[in-house]
Amino acid sequence: MITTSDLTKVYRSRGRAVTALDGVDLHVREGEVYGVIGQSGAGKSSLIRCVNLLERPTAGTVTVDGTDLTALAGRGPRAGRELRRARSRIGMVFQHFNLLSSRTVRDNVELPLEILGLSGRERTRKALDLLDLVGLADKARSYPAQLSGGQKQRVGIARALAGEPRVLLSDEATSALDPETTRSVLQLLRDLNRQLGLTVLLITHEMDVVKSICDSAALMENGRVVESGTVSELLATPGSALASALFPVGGEASAEDRTVLDVTFHGEAATQPVVSQLSRTYNIDISILGAALDTVGGLQIGRMRIELPGRYEDNVVPIGFLREQGLQIDVVGEPRLVREGAK
Amino acid sequence: MQTLLTQACTDTLYMVGWSTLVAVAGGLPLGILLVLTDRGGLAQNILANKVIGQIVNVARSMPFIILMVALMGFTRWVTGTSIGREAAIVPLAVGAIPFFARLVETAVREVDGGLVEAVQSMGGNTWTVVRKVLVPEALPSLIASTTTTVVALIGYSAMAGTVGAGGLGDIAIRYGYQRFQTELMWVTVAILAVVISLIQFAGDHAARTLHHRGGRSGPAPRLRLLKAATTDTKTV
Repeated sequence: MITTSDLTKVYRSRGRAVTALDGVDLHVREGEVYGVIGQSGAGKSSLIRCVNLLERPTAGTVTVDGTDLTALAGRGPRAGRELRRARSRIGMVFQHFNLLSSRTVRDNVELPLEILGLSGRERTRKALDLLDLVGLADKARSYPAQLSGGQKQRVGIARALAGEPRVLLSDEATSALDPETTRSVLQLLRDLNRQLGLTVLLITHEMDVVKSICDSAALMENGRVVESGTVSELLATPGSALASALFPVGGEASAEDRTVLDVTFHGEAATQPVVSQLSRTYNIDISILGAALDTVGGLQIGRMRIELPGRYEDNVVPIGFLREQGLQIDVVGEPRLVREGAK
Repeated sequence: MQTLLTQACTDTLYMVGWSTLVAVAGGLPLGILLVLTDRGGLAQNILANKVIGQIVNVARSMPFIILMVALMGFTRWVTGTSIGREAAIVPLAVGAIPFFARLVETAVREVDGGLVEAVQSMGGNTWTVVRKVLVPEALPSLIASTTTTVVALIGYSAMAGTVGAGGLGDIAIRYGYQRFQTELMWVTVAILAVVISLIQFAGDHAARTLHHRGGRSGPAPRLRLLKAATTDTKTV
């Protein structure tokens, strides 16, 4: 749905050049929620602003819903009619909401419809429908200053949906909100994604956002995408920084002669109650040192760190059993043995 | 004395009223243009920006009385005469346009860039941004700027007596100062003080009302809360 290829953005000011995006290839599939995470300065803001060409990329192409936006852009900083029409089909929500303080909530939602040239009656009807969708039908006549942060962002989302976009860009939409409100706004985005089949590209610096609603994620560092993929693909990648940040497990071995294993659950393999099976089959006591698990669509996704009695040599058979179940097993603290075991 | 003052009042209001209209009509687009053509603006054009900025600076640095004399030819071309209150409107307006333009520029620059971006992301063009964002969002400041301009114009209009336009300032100079009629002078000053206070009050009130509606950070949060409550009940 959204594809960027070799996207590069270099900011030049007074002879100095700063590379914000350094050849970013991103592929967002239709109907998924895709999260781009990174620290401030990693280039994620430049990335999302390049997707609807609020920021002109220095090189590379952006394709949204089959349209090559970079080709529409033309030369010069002003957006031509083609690009503006394409933009009206991409919704965008902002960290600081960016609602017009001089307009009521309803008039704010009507703004994109005014730009699209709808008649007054149609605009009103549509704006009220959208406010109903985001749960703010009773606030239509309020001014943004009278709303809470979460309500403002809901208005922002309603406004972004007014042009019936198939793609929604979210620029740190929940970063200015408290945890409770963040959850409800994310839930709303998730619902919209499911109900309307909306493709969502969001950028954030909060791992929780990715964890709670994203199907896929990408990690950005210094203007590059370091890792990307669906959440279970990332989990399956050994040593994935994003996976270990999403599902952090800790815990040290309680004694010398113990084996510590990281068990990664993803995909179909995670349907079996493996820990109790293991315990029963081999008659061993298993302690759980740490776990970060989520149940998504009835499947467990995540990691668990468990401890088995005895050294690695004593546990080759149980580990083999776990691997047979299709689980990914990493032995913690003994990389040499892991490699030997892999042979 | 009464007819003299009444006539003077009408003259002043006539001159100031018309020249304010022209100043707003000319200064508003000019001020917006200054913002748009600036570096990083929506219609960036450094050359145009420099030229407009320089013209505004020169016009603003010219003493009003000199401007009035310098513009006499132009005034005669526009109004058909170079004396009387119609003739005074031309230099007053010409002097106030760059003044108002600078105030507009400052007011428009205050508008949050995020709002401009939001409208662009909806597919709005520069004209949409000006119409739907810059002007409405800057409106409270623009009204305050207009008030300042009106007050400045009343001050300038005192010099309009030089071209026989009359007005309160003219009375104060000719009768009060040159003929030593001190009471008349004080009366005109008092009238001017009242007029200016009224204008300032009306302007402040209008700006504050609009600001409260948007209510970013009003000076009286308690009042705003009450207002919010009343609008809510209305909605229900």
